Amino acid sequence: MSKEYETVIGLEVHVELATRTKIFCGCSTAFGGAPNTHTCPVCTGMPGSLPVLNRQVVEYALAVGLAVNCHVNQLCKFDRKNYFYPDNPQNYQISQLYLPICHDGFVEIETEGGLRRVGIHEIHMEEDAGKLIHDEWEDCSLVDYNRSGVPLIEIVSEPDMRSAPEVIAYLEKLRMIIQYLGASDCKLQEGSMRADVNISVREAGSGKLGTRTEMKNLNSFTAITHAIEGERQRQIDLIEAGGEVIQETRRWDDARGDSYPMRSKEDAQDYRYFPDPDLVPVWISDEWIARVKEREPEFRDRKRQRYREEYDIPEYDIDIITGSKRMADLFEETAALCGQPKKVSNWLMGETLRLLKEKSLDPEDIRFSPENLAKLIGLADRKVINSSVAKEVFQAVFEQDVDPEKYVEEKGLGTVSDEGALRRTIEEVIAGNPQSVEDYRNGKEKAIGFLVGQTMKAMKGKADPAGVNRILRELLQGRPLEQE
Amino acid sequence: MTERAMTKDVKRDGPKDLCALSAAELGRAVRAGETTAVEAMEAVLERIGEREQLYHCYVTVDREGALRRAEKVQKQIEAGELTGPLAGVPVALKDNLCTEGMRTTCASRILENFVPAYTAEAVRLLEQAGAVVIGKTNMDEFAMGSTTETSYYGVTRNPWNPDHVPGGSSGGSAAAVASGECFFALGSDTGGSIRQPASFCGVVGMKPTYGTVSRYGLVAYGSSLDQIGPLTKNVTDCALVLETISAHDPKDSTSLERQDTDFTSALVKDVRGMKIGIPRDYLGEGLDREVREALLAAAEVLRRQGASVEEFDLSLVDYAIPAYYTIAAAEASSNLERFDGIKYGYRAQEAQGLHEMYKMTRSRGFGAEVKRRIMLGSFVLSSGYYDAYYLRALRVKAMIKKAFDEAFARYDLILGPVAPTTAPRLGESLADPLKMYLGDIYTISVNLAGLPGISLPCGRDSRGLPIGLQLIGDCFQEKKLIRAAYTYEQAAGRQAPGGKEEEAHV
Repeated sequence: MSKEYETVIGLEVHVELATRTKIFCGCSTAFGGAPNTHTCPVCTGMPGSLPVLNRQVVEYALAVGLAVNCHVNQLCKFDRKNYFYPDNPQNYQISQLYLPICHDGFVEIETEGGLRRVGIHEIHMEEDAGKLIHDEWEDCSLVDYNRSGVPLIEIVSEPDMRSAPEVIAYLEKLRMIIQYLGASDCKLQEGSMRADVNISVREAGSGKLGTRTEMKNLNSFTAITHAIEGERQRQIDLIEAGGEVIQETRRWDDARGDSYPMRSKEDAQDYRYFPDPDLVPVWISDEWIARVKEREPEFRDRKRQRYREEYDIPEYDIDIITGSKRMADLFEETAALCGQPKKVSNWLMGETLRLLKEKSLDPEDIRFSPENLAKLIGLADRKVINSSVAKEVFQAVFEQDVDPEKYVEEKGLGTVSDEGALRRTIEEVIAGNPQSVEDYRNGKEKAIGFLVGQTMKAMKGKADPAGVNRILRELLQGRPLEQE
Repeated sequence: MTERAMTKDVKRDGPKDLCALSAAELGRAVRAGETTAVEAMEAVLERIGEREQLYHCYVTVDREGALRRAEKVQKQIEAGELTGPLAGVPVALKDNLCTEGMRTTCASRILENFVPAYTAEAVRLLEQAGAVVIGKTNMDEFAMGSTTETSYYGVTRNPWNPDHVPGGSSGGSAAAVASGECFFALGSDTGGSIRQPASFCGVVGMKPTYGTVSRYGLVAYGSSLDQIGPLTKNVTDCALVLETISAHDPKDSTSLERQDTDFTSALVKDVRGMKIGIPRDYLGEGLDREVREALLAAAEVLRRQGASVEEFDLSLVDYAIPAYYTIAAAEASSNLERFDGIKYGYRAQEAQGLHEMYKMTRSRGFGAEVKRRIMLGSFVLSSGYYDAYYLRALRVKAMIKKAFDEAFARYDLILGPVAPTTAPRLGESLADPLKMYLGDIYTISVNLAGLPGISLPCGRDSRGLPIGLQLIGDCFQEKKLIRAAYTYEQAAGRQAPGGKEEEAHV
């Protein structure tokens, strides 16, 4: 019988900040430009160029730090981390080692065993590197410095997590906080949030930490879960076989479900950190901290609590809606405009999620305005449009944020309210479908559905089905059989 | 020379004598229509043609570009668009200042074919004022050296005696000013690299307070110590050029916002009541007797002009050299990492694989002195040694600043030598790098403390080589330096060669 093992996990999370320009120059951070078009002498490491700190980077890093209960190093500095690699144009990365902006914070996560605190060791600001492209046809490598100098924060946790679900809960928590702050969109797949997992195992009850390995290349929650499980097992197997875990960095291959070593401690580099003489220390005043604190949004936990109290919507809806700041804002603003939170929630939970999924989008990508959703709800309420037309109009709102009132008018989608015209159409339908009329009169209730459908078709969908139903029954009842 | 007399000279002797004018004099003549930017450039190019073969002040002389620029500037002057004192004046730039479209080598093989895509801020300010770039001057490779002998492009010779070095690292700039191959030049000073060659070549050189001139576009050596400054024929030109290139630059985080950069307003012959201190240690062992005598004579001139002069004890003098070589080398080891053969400059073509390419490129691309400092810098930053060397050096730096603060509580200025000797013979220094490092003793503490310092001629030794006098001011006290230097220059008679035929040792 093998022994019981405990897994000890700490995370290094890199988050790309949502600034418009880079951390040390005015180049755009926009994704997807042609190679080396978002560059200048600074972010390509040209001789004589100098970095100038983007204040918004400090602002975002500070906001995240305060939100995760960190202490702030009011005097913080940048250091150079020296290493040679072509994606790094200066061959040093400007980062923070000695005086990072924030340290010693925590977040609380929900686990099977209740609330649990995960310590934040520190948060520091740094620049991203460029991207190497290996051209196998030409047998050469190219480098694109568009990403070089994109601002990052690295959030280093304490080794406080014990399982993959805890790691996921921690990452979700960070993601929510950072998204709510608007500091990043935190998309794992697109790399705007990246997690390196430090993992070790020890015999249950032991107070001593085992030798850890660092797992890299984890770009989805599933990959993280697999990597943790795989690495835990690998380490246990090693120990059980009498071997020893080596401190090393390993690259996870999610397709193979296996990892392989990238570099070990023996060839660990000496980064020769020292304060960057090109940058002056940053002084973060009490006033600055107070200002950032003041602007702090209502975070998810508090928002959930308030929704439970204020809105009569299911817990599941609350979970989904507050799972995205964009969605929650949209919900609250639309509900305030139309006064019908339940209906707003239905539109978000139903059609909105459906279309997002269909288009492989994220709730953060929602572009339509609360005004237009509120107008749509109003149109449906006043029965200006029926529910199937409403869905059609919503699609246009979702895609182009159209004004539903104008859209319905321009496309002539309004329900025909002229009862005389409706009656004439129904009479024509009755006349044209004697078999169904016969069936209905013989007690086949289903036949009425067919007649409603025919009427709607004749009206091109622009009728209120309930009204059609009412008039149909009235006409069918009021008309004696003998007449035929 | 009065303005009237000078004007007459220009008219009588034609463009050839233009080279004898100072930058301010030439600017005035161009503005007055007595000569043109083009004539001035032609004269200087002719002078370069005559003397460059022997002195080799330049790495690059951009003849066609220079004339083209001069023509353009002349049109702007005639159109009334350029009216400043430097409009139309040819300038030489140390080859570590980036110039868009003109190669910038730092006198290194590794940047042999490097053409920057942008122009250094200080150069841009000069061009905006109408100064016309001639080319790029020789220097010690990456500004590492005190003789201009570590250049990949050959040595520069001292115009006072071509068997001697011009000093360094801004040796090409100093020699070009001394031999009239330009009207003024820019250099950079990390540990004395403007002041020491100015002293060896008998011209005026100034390093301003750290942060006064933008470093944007200056290829970095020791970033926390580097400053750009002027090398000129006299103190007036020095004040004029410094005034032109001093401006806050948002592209340089260490750039200061100063309101007091009207340096020409300090060109006043008056030192009455000024308190000048001479560090006793600066006059002691190691200082050449003739240099010492010239220095004391200069102090006497200032005393006679109304300044009080006394000796005092400046502490920590001996600690400056080790602290400086630790900090400068550490920063250099990191600053020079970008020269790797990937993006620009020299690349060892036959290397197999990335690491071999790095290794071969840097082994061949850098010279011995640069490699020595990269290794030294890498060592003092490496884990386990950082605290013992780098951090300790930073503490010494802070203590030196404090020692100067104490001195400036008592004195307006500090007077001392620039270098222990006059210019050594070619080849003498490189054989013993440690001795060469020790030669920086009087200049480097000024960089460590971020202070302004000026070097100006104060006589010649028995071999006819110029001797320099150094005045050091507290931070932001350039005006006191300029006032004292101007007073000395006026009282002692003009010392700078100004390219005069009788003084050029051809």
